[in-house]
Amino acid sequence: MNLALDIFTILAVLAGAFFFLAGSVGLLRFPDALTRLHALTKVDNLGLGLITLGLLPRAEGLLGGLKLVSVWLLVQLSGAIVTQLIARVVRRDGSRA
Amino acid sequence: MTVAFEIGLVVLLLAIAAWIIAVRDTFAAVVAYVAYGLLLSLAWVRLYAVDVALTEAAIGSGVTGMLLLGAAARLRETEAAAAVETSMPLRLAAAALCALISAGLAAVILVPPDRVPTLAPMAMANLAASGLGNPVAGVLFVYRSLDTLLEKVVLLLALVGVWSLAPDRLWGGVPGLRTYVQPNGILTFLAQLLPPIGIVMGIYMFWNGANNPGGAFQGGTVLAAMWLLVMIAGLEDVPPISLGWMRVLLVIGPAIFLVIGLAGIVLAGAFLAYPADYAKPLIIVVEATLTLSIGVTLGLLAAGPPERMQQR
Repeated sequence: MNLALDIFTILAVLAGAFFFLAGSVGLLRFPDALTRLHALTKVDNLGLGLITLGLLPRAEGLLGGLKLVSVWLLVQLSGAIVTQLIARVVRRDGSRA
Repeated sequence: MTVAFEIGLVVLLLAIAAWIIAVRDTFAAVVAYVAYGLLLSLAWVRLYAVDVALTEAAIGSGVTGMLLLGAAARLRETEAAAAVETSMPLRLAAAALCALISAGLAAVILVPPDRVPTLAPMAMANLAASGLGNPVAGVLFVYRSLDTLLEKVVLLLALVGVWSLAPDRLWGGVPGLRTYVQPNGILTFLAQLLPPIGIVMGIYMFWNGANNPGGAFQGGTVLAAMWLLVMIAGLEDVPPISLGWMRVLLVIGPAIFLVIGLAGIVLAGAFLAYPADYAKPLIIVVEATLTLSIGVTLGLLAAGPPERMQQR
């Protein structure tokens, strides 16, 4: 059982790290602001989500698990809203980069 | 594995620090400084100094970052004109002095004395008498409470300094916080959704600070951030600096701290000493009011000097 949980943690965190890497590459390589934002949202949603999922079996009890999930939800919220705000400015003023 | 992480963290910190100094654009430097502060708080966590990490993230990165962003926005128009060529001797002198200071700091850190003097065992041994469980809170509110009191007074003086930038005719006016009012916008949604969570978290950080990492400064910063969010989204008006109850909130924390400190002379025999049986409740009163005052002070610091009179 423990081995299965460990494997689950390793796989989920690795998958999350992959999305972090992919998002970072996208941030550096994509041509304009909107596509770069698109790359970053994958980091927030899937990257952090998978890492949180992987760490859940290791949380200290139910409260610890809830803390992890709420961290992810708060990052989701702020990430989504900041992305919207930046995208709105880009659409209004055009991308400078 | 952790060593690799730590080395990576240090290299990243040094690289960002060098970049902040080298980059010419103020805005880019400030953004990098915020990232630097967040990485630095990670380093503090690795050093088991979670209190310092929280403060670094909240104050060093968050509030200072916002103040610097505001300054960068104000300087943007004048920045190009201000790029004066400095003479070579002046540059060399500055470089030599900076190198000297760095070498001095490096010498102190790299060549520590054989036995580092520490008061930590004594501090831990007497902590129980204060009713606190977090040694950092013990140092802040029991052993070195004078420092903490003066720190809050300095914060107020900083606010007076910011307000003093206002011309005479605008004294008592409304701070020039940039607001983005869109009644159906996404920021309004955030400003409605987040403050209940943030206020609970701010109070929790202060309350939890007695026994675990956290405290008045970190909690106050979170409260200030929530207030600023609500003001920036236009859900609440930015208050004029002449508002009476707001000024009371500004000074209530340091004032109560001072009153309790003075009462200590009579009741406990020393300035800022607590009567033995009432140490914990008194510290909680001081911390609670300080949290409030810090929140209001930081919010107003970020809001900036008054720029217009209130419409009647």
